[in-house]
Amino acid sequence: MLKITGLKAVVEEMEILKGIDLEVKPGEVHGIMGPNGSGKSTLARVLSGDPTYTVTGGTADYCGQDLLAMEADERARTGLFLAFQYPVEVPGVTIGNFLRTAVNSRREEELSAMEFYGMLTEKVRELGLNDQWINRYLNEGFSGGEKKRNEILQMMVLEPQLCILDETDSGLDVDALKIVSEGVNRMRSPERSIIIVTHYERLLEYIMPDKCHVILDGRIVLSEEGIDLARRIDEQGYEHVKKQQAAQTQA
Amino acid sequence: MPTDEKAGTGQTVAQPEIGNYAAGWHDAETKYSFRAEPGLSEDVIRQMSEIKGEPNWMLDFRLRSYAHFKKRPMPRWGCDLSGLDLDSIYYYLKPEAENSRSWDDVPDTIKDTFEKLGIPEAERTVLAGVGAQYDSETVYHNLQQEWSEQGVIFLDMDGGLREHEDIVKEHFGKVIAPEDNKFAALNSAVWSGGSFVYVPKGVKLEIPLQAYFRINADRAGQFERTLLIVEDGAFLHYIEGCTAPTYSNEALHSAVVEIIAKPGARVRYSTVQNWSSNVYNLVTKRAVAMEGATMEWLDGNIGSRMTMKYPAVWLLEEGAHGEVLSIAFANEGQHLDAGAKMVHAAPNTSSLITSKSISKGGGRSAYRGLVRVENDAEHAKSFVRCDALILDEDSRSDTYPYMEIEESNVDLGHEATVSKVGEEQLFYLMSRGLSEEEATAMIVAGFIEPIVRELPMEYAVELNRLIELQMEGSVG
Repeated sequence: MLKITGLKAVVEEMEILKGIDLEVKPGEVHGIMGPNGSGKSTLARVLSGDPTYTVTGGTADYCGQDLLAMEADERARTGLFLAFQYPVEVPGVTIGNFLRTAVNSRREEELSAMEFYGMLTEKVRELGLNDQWINRYLNEGFSGGEKKRNEILQMMVLEPQLCILDETDSGLDVDALKIVSEGVNRMRSPERSIIIVTHYERLLEYIMPDKCHVILDGRIVLSEEGIDLARRIDEQGYEHVKKQQAAQTQA
Repeated sequence: MPTDEKAGTGQTVAQPEIGNYAAGWHDAETKYSFRAEPGLSEDVIRQMSEIKGEPNWMLDFRLRSYAHFKKRPMPRWGCDLSGLDLDSIYYYLKPEAENSRSWDDVPDTIKDTFEKLGIPEAERTVLAGVGAQYDSETVYHNLQQEWSEQGVIFLDMDGGLREHEDIVKEHFGKVIAPEDNKFAALNSAVWSGGSFVYVPKGVKLEIPLQAYFRINADRAGQFERTLLIVEDGAFLHYIEGCTAPTYSNEALHSAVVEIIAKPGARVRYSTVQNWSSNVYNLVTKRAVAMEGATMEWLDGNIGSRMTMKYPAVWLLEEGAHGEVLSIAFANEGQHLDAGAKMVHAAPNTSSLITSKSISKGGGRSAYRGLVRVENDAEHAKSFVRCDALILDEDSRSDTYPYMEIEESNVDLGHEATVSKVGEEQLFYLMSRGLSEEEATAMIVAGFIEPIVRELPMEYAVELNRLIELQMEGSVG
């Protein structure tokens, strides 16, 4: 699904990604953890095509296509989705209207209003939101938790192939976390891959990853199968893992 | 041609329509040896008044207005009117050749837009100014029945003057005196067409009245004159124009709208103007609101080459409330100078002005507004919000807010924002698969949404589609 080699990126002349290597196969769930400033969110944004960042090296192959050569909207239409860390407000645009345009932008034949709103209402309810949700203006006046849930709603509606969740757990209370995780888990499939970028391992307990990675100072320094790495970080912190890794490199 | 029924009396009256004017003109020719000529003169006005069969006081009114019009200089603020040649305009009768336009003469850009907006065949010809009346007869007659049962009068202005001279004489020119400005004077001299509406006490009209339903369909009149009188406790929603592009050969459209909202009445007047790009649209619109009355202007400006329009409410008695919701979208080659005027002349009055203007492709839009609070208009409350969205580097938006406050015990607010389409917002929408164009159009639609949602649904839908087309740059 996704193969990144030596990816480097800068923002305002500061190099954040210093050579990322990552491979994600179809059907896999990967967790990427790292301390503040490590570049994990930057990685998510660069993959989605954020024009604020400039790629300065490396490659990213997405289902046989050169991801870095595609514009953000093109990437989205071919099935890439980013659940933003800080979703921006778009005043006056209703969620229903917005999602309908987004869904139809990737279809040959548009869905009828009835078909679309039927499907949307179902998913809104699955996420424990009330039916009026679709009439709210996109992110306008939303709490942090509401914004995160709205990102997952969009993901459920757009049915992407490669989902990147950028710190989706921050701002969610326990109940919301459960509901969101259930939503994400329902989307697991052999054709779909999910990358979860997070600070804390808690979300990974709910959405069991196939592989975990630690990103430090713009590079992925550790990768392991399963969730064990994440648990160790939770217990011992990033510093310990850093030292461990430094020791290993020296050995 | 459909016949005109006087409200409630069942008599038929000949329609004063442009077609009939041509016939009447032939009579006039034998009587006056009159030739259709451009430019204005006392003669033209006298003949016009005679052909219409108007009472003397109206002729005097017209002549007095014409005298003032001649004296008054062109305004030197707002839009650049130097391209407007007042002497080359046909003010009343037009030569035969002018009248017989064909569908072929209508610009392609206009035809394309009709296509894209899905406007039915019959309507297209009328909107393009080439067809005969749109056959809204059945709809009209049912509504006519309902109105006459409630004592509502809805006629074209000429008909109103003929059938209800007493009411008209009492109110005509009282809200907007001919001396108010040069173009009010012009309209007062040569007005023709427009609506006359009278709503009796306590009558609340569920269905909006539209110029569409007026019996004689000269909807694209150059110098329309409208007078709406809404009695105590009554409710009226009047819709002028429509969102579809209205093609006009005439360069100048100068209308006057006078509204009287009696105590406890509520009046809403909605306009979406989409004149073709050759038109100078200079309009004077004003309402007076009495005790506890509410007046709401919904003003959408999409078309025309130049528009100068400032819907106003004079809050004359205690507890009156006025609102203006205004949208202007200026595209390439357009200058839209729009806004509002609120005058608080009594205690406990309130006003709200919300203006959203968008500029694209070198277009220029402006908010120009006045809030005036007279001495002793205690506890006046007024809030103005003007937001401008500039879509590219060539475009321009200006704000000219004026406040004249002569009372200290008041509560006033003014907020203005200028923005361009946010990069972050664009990226967010594009990251869901929308193209940059689609994302920009969506952001623009969201920008004007607070006003659009006040329009009746069909208008809201059409207006949104129109904005979308404007964003593509495919509208003439």
